[in-house]
Amino acid sequence: MAEIVLKSLAHSYVSDPRVPEDYAIREMDHIWHQGGAYALLGPSGCGKSTLLNIISGLLEPSRGDVLFDGEVVNSLPPEARNIAQVFQFPVVYDTMTVYDNLAFPLRNVKTPEARVHERVMEVADVMELTAQLKRRARNLTADEKQKVSMGRGLVRDDVSAILFDEPLTVIDPQLKWKLRRKLKEIHQRFEITMVYVTHDQLEASTFADKIAVMYEGKIVQFGTPRELFEKPNHTFVGYFIGSPGMNFLDVEAREGRVMAGAMELTVKQAVHDAVANARATNIKLGIRPEFIEVLADPVEDGMEARIDYAQDLGTYSILSLTLGNTVLKARIEEGQPVPTGRAWLRFPDERVGLYIDEYRVEPGHE
Amino acid sequence: MSKVYNNRAWWLILPMLLLVAFSAIIPLMTVVNYSVQDVFDANTRFFTGTEWFKEMLNDPALQAAVLRQFAFSLTVLAIEVPLGIGIALIMPRKGWQASIVLILVTMPLLIPWNVVGSIWQIFTRGDIGLMGWSLRELGYGYNITASPVDAWITIILMDVWHWTPLIALLCYSSLRSIPDAYYQAARIDRASNWSVFYYIQLPKLTNVLVIGVLLRFMHSFMIYAEPFVLTGGGPGSSTTFLSQSLTTMAIGQQDLGPSAAFSLIYFLIILLVTWVFYTAIMNMQKDDIKAEA
Repeated sequence: MAEIVLKSLAHSYVSDPRVPEDYAIREMDHIWHQGGAYALLGPSGCGKSTLLNIISGLLEPSRGDVLFDGEVVNSLPPEARNIAQVFQFPVVYDTMTVYDNLAFPLRNVKTPEARVHERVMEVADVMELTAQLKRRARNLTADEKQKVSMGRGLVRDDVSAILFDEPLTVIDPQLKWKLRRKLKEIHQRFEITMVYVTHDQLEASTFADKIAVMYEGKIVQFGTPRELFEKPNHTFVGYFIGSPGMNFLDVEAREGRVMAGAMELTVKQAVHDAVANARATNIKLGIRPEFIEVLADPVEDGMEARIDYAQDLGTYSILSLTLGNTVLKARIEEGQPVPTGRAWLRFPDERVGLYIDEYRVEPGHE
Repeated sequence: MSKVYNNRAWWLILPMLLLVAFSAIIPLMTVVNYSVQDVFDANTRFFTGTEWFKEMLNDPALQAAVLRQFAFSLTVLAIEVPLGIGIALIMPRKGWQASIVLILVTMPLLIPWNVVGSIWQIFTRGDIGLMGWSLRELGYGYNITASPVDAWITIILMDVWHWTPLIALLCYSSLRSIPDAYYQAARIDRASNWSVFYYIQLPKLTNVLVIGVLLRFMHSFMIYAEPFVLTGGGPGSSTTFLSQSLTTMAIGQQDLGPSAAFSLIYFLIILLVTWVFYTAIMNMQKDDIKAEA
């Protein structure tokens, strides 16, 4: 059982890093609590696999510390860390049977055979591999192999955390769903800390209680799926989470009004003040497509927008709109009227986020 | 789209068939022809049937050569396969070291057979050869022209030097194709180095090793130029292998009938051993799948 703490951690694959871009992991502090189900979400190349390999000990960080229960483990090899890792492509020992595969990590530490048997049967039962125990691992299907890989992580009693590196990449969609549910089940049953790396937001939010979103070597937000959706902490989180992503409008304050180009936006006073007082020039307002009110008729406070096209996705439609010179997306639920030609938009105050230099700022808190 | 069946397409293989007939089938049939007749000149010949075959199979010199040949082939396989795997395992995988080692390892493969023989002939000479001279200076009366044991060891050493790189290269390329995740998973599973070799590396090597062993068996079974240059088949006939016996008979003594019969026996031995080996491997894999069902 372990709490994993990352302290001022940074990693570079370059021997002499100078600019921030040389770092795969830029300096970060982070805590993974014991027993949590976490997802590490980010686009390809954002450093999430690097971070995972540092935690498991396959990589030694260039700077900073990794602590397990308060103990620095930087230079400890993976075999000394009580950690299991499941890789993107299933790793099984081809010539062994499923049983021997599952027993392998235990036999390597000279566990008595009776105990090995007990654990293997238990894990096989959980992973639904009991029927396959006598088969050779090389003849299994991809998802069975991946279950064996996961099972090898679960079989050890001393494992305090299991790291998953995009484990469902090679699995068929229907099975993906089953395996994900299985993982969730395992998490609840064994109370092991699990960190799940993925670039799929759906996978992340169905698996994890809390998601860490990584972008350019940094964790830009760590929160529940709901927090990530409702209050993205960084414009990247806004884009990356949700489908379609969050709308952002470049804004400035002019003559007491908040302008997006030539378009005046109706926002609350606190937002105006924050925009007017900001020293930065990179100021954006963000609103989710789900939260824009789209009305077919002119209303008070409504901003007139042109409808470019509507995309009917069955249970909802996505409208593509032009407001001033900004393109916005809005989501209309099934049953609501879909306006054509022109529409009037309202941004509910509590749904508008203010972003200065890409990070979220709460108006009035500056 | 409907598939068109037209058996006239078989005519398309005719040119290839003619070429193969000219280069392989007709020469082979000529050998068959010689093996069942006693040919004196263009007009005088007698049909001998299986007589030459019986004579060859009962010839003690040839029987000895066959045994010698098997002993030689099996010995070099027993040394080259494990050694080649070992070399492949310690070869560096990345960087300039990898390139240099790769070139050095490949070098012996690029040297023609009779040149290898010459190199070793000089190398082992007692007066000017580095190895021969050194061994003598160390007090060992090394002499490949007098001692059959010395001659044997030297020929095996030469073959190992010449051909182990082939096994090493095949294994090296196969080892490089193992994804890092396998090694990482093994570390996390706390596998010992031996387990990593036995459960990860060796299974991946099986396919190339089948090819490697087959190639090396056929090659070594047909060895000719190297021992011919190094020892001339001596001392006595202690290093006279099958090819050399055949050449002596066919070219030296002009015994075309017996040597044709012998060629066919030689060819069939290679075919048989290769077939047995291949079938055995294939059956092993089949059993594996059957055991599943």
